[in-house]
Amino acid sequence: MRYLLSCTLLLLAGPVLVAEPLLAETIFVSNEKDNQIAVVDGDSLQIKNKIKVGRRPRGITLSADGTQLYVCVGDDNRIDVVDIASGKIVHTLPSGPDPELFVLSPDGTKLYVANENDNMVTVIDVAERKAIGNIQVGVEPEGMGISPDGKILVNTSETTNMAHFIDTEKHAVVGNVLVDSRPRVARFTDDGKQVWVSSEIGGTVSVIDAAAHKVIKKIRFEVTGVRREAIQAVGIQMTKDGKRAFVALGPANRIAEIDTGSFEVKRYFLVGQRVWNLAFSPDEKRLYTTNGISNDLSVIDLERNKVIKSIPVGGAPWGIVVKP
Amino acid sequence: MVRFWRWPERRSDLSKRWQPVAAALPLLGLLALAPPAAAQGSGSQDPGATVVLIGYLARQEDPRTPLSFLEPVATDEGLQGARLALADNNTTGVFLKQSYRLVEQVLPQDGDISAGVKALADEGVRFVVADLPADALLAAADRPEAKPMVLFNARATDDALRNGQCRANILHTAPSRRMLADALAQYLAWKKWPRWSLMTGRDPGNALYAEAVRRAAKRFGGRIVDEKSWTFDTGNRRTDTGVTTIQSDIPLATQGPDYDVLVVADEAGDFGDYLDGRTWYPRPVAGTQGLTATAWSRVNEQWGGTQLQSRFEKLAGRWMTPRDYAAWLAVRSVGEAAARTGATGFDSLTGYLHSPDFELAGFKGEALSFRAWDGQMRQPILIAGPRMLVSVSPQEGFLHPVTPLDTLGDDAPESKCRLNR
Repeated sequence: MRYLLSCTLLLLAGPVLVAEPLLAETIFVSNEKDNQIAVVDGDSLQIKNKIKVGRRPRGITLSADGTQLYVCVGDDNRIDVVDIASGKIVHTLPSGPDPELFVLSPDGTKLYVANENDNMVTVIDVAERKAIGNIQVGVEPEGMGISPDGKILVNTSETTNMAHFIDTEKHAVVGNVLVDSRPRVARFTDDGKQVWVSSEIGGTVSVIDAAAHKVIKKIRFEVTGVRREAIQAVGIQMTKDGKRAFVALGPANRIAEIDTGSFEVKRYFLVGQRVWNLAFSPDEKRLYTTNGISNDLSVIDLERNKVIKSIPVGGAPWGIVVKP
Repeated sequence: MVRFWRWPERRSDLSKRWQPVAAALPLLGLLALAPPAAAQGSGSQDPGATVVLIGYLARQEDPRTPLSFLEPVATDEGLQGARLALADNNTTGVFLKQSYRLVEQVLPQDGDISAGVKALADEGVRFVVADLPADALLAAADRPEAKPMVLFNARATDDALRNGQCRANILHTAPSRRMLADALAQYLAWKKWPRWSLMTGRDPGNALYAEAVRRAAKRFGGRIVDEKSWTFDTGNRRTDTGVTTIQSDIPLATQGPDYDVLVVADEAGDFGDYLDGRTWYPRPVAGTQGLTATAWSRVNEQWGGTQLQSRFEKLAGRWMTPRDYAAWLAVRSVGEAAARTGATGFDSLTGYLHSPDFELAGFKGEALSFRAWDGQMRQPILIAGPRMLVSVSPQEGFLHPVTPLDTLGDDAPESKCRLNR
């Protein structure tokens, strides 16, 4: 009888799951400690799946067509390619040693990977599934940003403390800009004119003129009651209209909102502990953040400027990407 | 004995990367600041880059043999840390047209320190990593040739060097004993383990460590309920009597009033590792062994430490020790100053090293800098177990008006160092 009942429940549940509206986005979070990708439904804000991947997943991004996830699995020295529909790894890409972060070219054909242990950026042809070049950069390459036209790649090196501007055609470094200690993330503005680089130990964001290779503004943060050393800038996201930027401040447990015109910090959002990365919902009404110590995902409502929920997602959430 | 730094094999492709740099040579000639004679000698240097010379001064020593078979026997402690930082500096230097050369002066066991200093001075070296005990360090710093130099104390933890015996030409990248003891005391206070039994080994350094522990107890609310000296003879770690003698000796040696934690002062590692699991009371061991306050440990992979550990192991074929780490900090400090100032001249670099703008990332979660009053590098101290990282001090709640890092060791009002820098 119990068996029958559960079968019936399953039958009932099946169509219900399928019939769920697919309007809301799906959030993918790499859990560095669990070796899993948590899949969160943007509508219910519930975890709907956990996908087992290689060891120490950190960098995570969507393929150009949105059907696949690329995941850096540093301890396995490769990139796992996950088919989103089936939730399974379909193949892997050779990334070079210890990949931590990467960026996909705007046309979706190439992945540029930071190899933290080898002072190198590896270029991978996604279709051919092979490395087609590498570029020597500073010590401990980490952050990766690409210009909207795909012509310039910016890599940050954490111990050299530079943003390296790389010509993607020639695979050559064309400029180097010193920034504050342990630069973590590089992000181009949508107009391609600026590159924003966050510094973890320096606790700042350097705004770099992308053509002149010069720092034009250094954004500093101050949070009442938080000691300066705990303010460690990492993840950066900007709205499509280019007016607002959001920066994750690590162990300060805050997200800073910045007016990109004045470079003023407008407000701070209190989120979970040691927030590293962040991603918008497609309509930009929400911001999701990964909090590595409290093991959760914070949801910020950007219309009401309120943190509305925290969702436990697993061990040491690190990277995040949202699929419309 | 002077040896020149060579790139490790795997960097042999580096020469290719120099070519575009060499094209800019005529322009850079104007900037060349290092004495040209001293800049010769290493085949892998970029001819267009300005060269910063960094000396490494040490005496040969018997290899340090840890009691535990898990730990490596190191014959090149300190030196490998300097070499790794030099490679790191040079990787960065490629982008700034700066290059670095390590001039290694490793003297014989009874070698004359002044000859070593003179040899470095003759080569034009002004920054020196001094991997020396306190007396030899002072002997070096007080040589007339060392007056226009900066010596990085990458070894001696003596508090006297940060107080009455401080020197204007020394910066300390090794933490002081007081910093280590304060770091441990803060953790024990956080744990609410206030009753300590203190066991001190025979070497004079251990007495100084014990002194720092007593001072830390006063500062952070610990109470030393008993003091003992380790008087047993300890010899080679490989003996046929195995654990038998140790097993019967240690319960006797640790009998006495009850305590929360046994604090051991055994800097050379002669006996401290024998204590845990053998004490009269079932209590933890802390200090120089057990729960160890240290600048660096293999157990730390936080804050990007994984990268430093794996780079070091690739280079040296063994773990990075606190001595290697202090030497790494010293050489990196010079590199950081050169990168930030865009200069390679001695005065620009030392000015920056001493300035409040100087910040070095040292894989411990926050920026490291030099204290103005005694030249000590302020840094978090790891509380490391034998196999895992347990904590990091300063602990939450120990407040300071400037930086919590200055709750470790001698703060400005306490220091007896009076220097006009």
